Amino acid sequence: MAKPLGRLQGRAWKFGDHIDTDAIIPARHCNTADPARLAEHCMEDADPSFAGRVAPGDIVVAGINFGCGSSREVAPIALQASGVAGVVAVSFARIFFRNAINLGLPIFECPAAATAIADGDTVAIEPASGVIHDLTTGATYQAEPFPEFLLQLMALGGLHSYVQARLAAHE
Amino acid sequence: MGQTIAEKILAAHCDRETVRPGEFINARVDLVLASELSGIVALREFERFANARIFDPRKVVFVFDHFTPNKDIDSAEIVRECREFALRTGIRYYDVGRVGIQHVLLPEQGLVSPGDIVAGADSHTCTYGALGAFGTGVGSTDAAAAMALGEIWLKVPPSTKIIFRGRLRPWVSGKDLALYAIGRIGVDGARYQALEFAGEVIEGLDMAGRLTMANMAIEAGAKTGLIAPDATTTEFVRRAGGRTDRLFTSDPDADYAAVYEWDVSDLEPQVAAPFLPENTQDAAGMGDIDIHQVVIGMCTNGNLADLRQAAHVLKGRKTHPRVRTIIIPGSQAVYLAAVREGLVETFIEAECVVSTPTCGPCLGGHMGVLASGERCVSTSNRNFRGRMGHIQSEVYLASPAVAAASAISGHISSPTELGIAESDDWGVAALSGAGEVAHG
Repeated sequence: MAKPLGRLQGRAWKFGDHIDTDAIIPARHCNTADPARLAEHCMEDADPSFAGRVAPGDIVVAGINFGCGSSREVAPIALQASGVAGVVAVSFARIFFRNAINLGLPIFECPAAATAIADGDTVAIEPASGVIHDLTTGATYQAEPFPEFLLQLMALGGLHSYVQARLAAHE
Repeated sequence: MGQTIAEKILAAHCDRETVRPGEFINARVDLVLASELSGIVALREFERFANARIFDPRKVVFVFDHFTPNKDIDSAEIVRECREFALRTGIRYYDVGRVGIQHVLLPEQGLVSPGDIVAGADSHTCTYGALGAFGTGVGSTDAAAAMALGEIWLKVPPSTKIIFRGRLRPWVSGKDLALYAIGRIGVDGARYQALEFAGEVIEGLDMAGRLTMANMAIEAGAKTGLIAPDATTTEFVRRAGGRTDRLFTSDPDADYAAVYEWDVSDLEPQVAAPFLPENTQDAAGMGDIDIHQVVIGMCTNGNLADLRQAAHVLKGRKTHPRVRTIIIPGSQAVYLAAVREGLVETFIEAECVVSTPTCGPCLGGHMGVLASGERCVSTSNRNFRGRMGHIQSEVYLASPAVAAASAISGHISSPTELGIAESDDWGVAALSGAGEVAHG
């Protein structure tokens, strides 16, 4: 079930501060839980061209409070389904943070990287160490380390595997 | 070192004497909540667990409030799947005819009590902090996990306290206090924190005003928005049929990340301009901004006291010909009380429409979606770009009184600007509960 997350590498898609979950996936498209249909509208209200141009492995880079607003888990689901491999931000809103951890979408809090990386740069990330490389500029950054509890949760592959293990232990 | 309300509630739910900010805990939950939109993802996740059972069907509730009455076939399919899951598992659910907007409905039904932990797959679950409960918004996978385990993982948040001093001016409500606070500390000013509201102004607020304030805590990034339970709380909870045996208050020597103390005696009714709730300013003097729609009610201001406030402004007047005014009671009980009190008559005579309880327009779902270039004054909680419809539409957040006054004038106005006085009668009535709706 759990597999160590390999190196992430892709194009950086740069966004600003306070990107809310309505911008990530507008409510008008939330009358479905189908990841493929959600992906068609991912980031639609922040950049209408995003869904058509994003490629598997790409990295979203954003400012402060990424994922604020609605708790909708279809926001990280839409990002994952559209191929986004990870998100680097100055900071994350807390429900989005939980959802990303629970789903296994790699996220990295790193103000220096989130500020310096430019749209279109090629970015590589070592998830285990939190080292972020901007391959376009040659700069390297270190993301905030995760607390031990969250590392364990991520090592299990997210909340689903954690719950399954707990349920098995109860039997 | 003493503890905050948040720390005491969390400690009581993981068999600990004390907990400290930054610690990760597994906390037992008293209620797991989802709407149809979060419930569909949660139930599918739940059904992927091998050998999972609902930990306690009495403690899981689905509330079909977002796109109901079903706005399209996709929504109908989602609700059907949620309903079938509820019937199969025996969890509590609320459907059209009984449904209200989650955060008005659950306190009214006595499903939330002081001292509870509520894990809600809806960001405005923080509303229950008004009852002294730790309500917190989570995702659907979190909800599925809580449905199976009866627990959620939580990082113990640091607490920030805002003390409101002074005496409120006419037409200044809990909504104005919340908007003012968000304007001061910013939309991420309480990110990851428990936000505590205190002071004589809060003690003087009725439950409706308190629920509005706690509802808006997430708009400052908070994990929950807490108000210490007092006689106002216990009277409300007893009438609703809840428990009052776990009343936690913060110790005088509790540790806070920040404490703000503001005298709000001069505060005017507030409006948050697009596209963030922190863009606050006085409603008076914004006069040249023409509006096209007004929405009054929703989870933020959908209690009876809120509708009374709006009706008081609209009584005997007509809404501006350009403005479509939509009134959304938070629950069937609020709706019925509004009918019996004559508020609905006032609204219809003022040429408003009165809708069944739904979240619809707040998130641009249905029942009041905006076209490009349109502006709405809404008593809801979010004014993000495109929140209520077209990406080039705008939402201004305000209290029911300001929304109602704006509906009359056709531009953003405070009731005082229109020469409408806040009567003592209204004040007395509004102070007697979140709405003396019929319980039982």
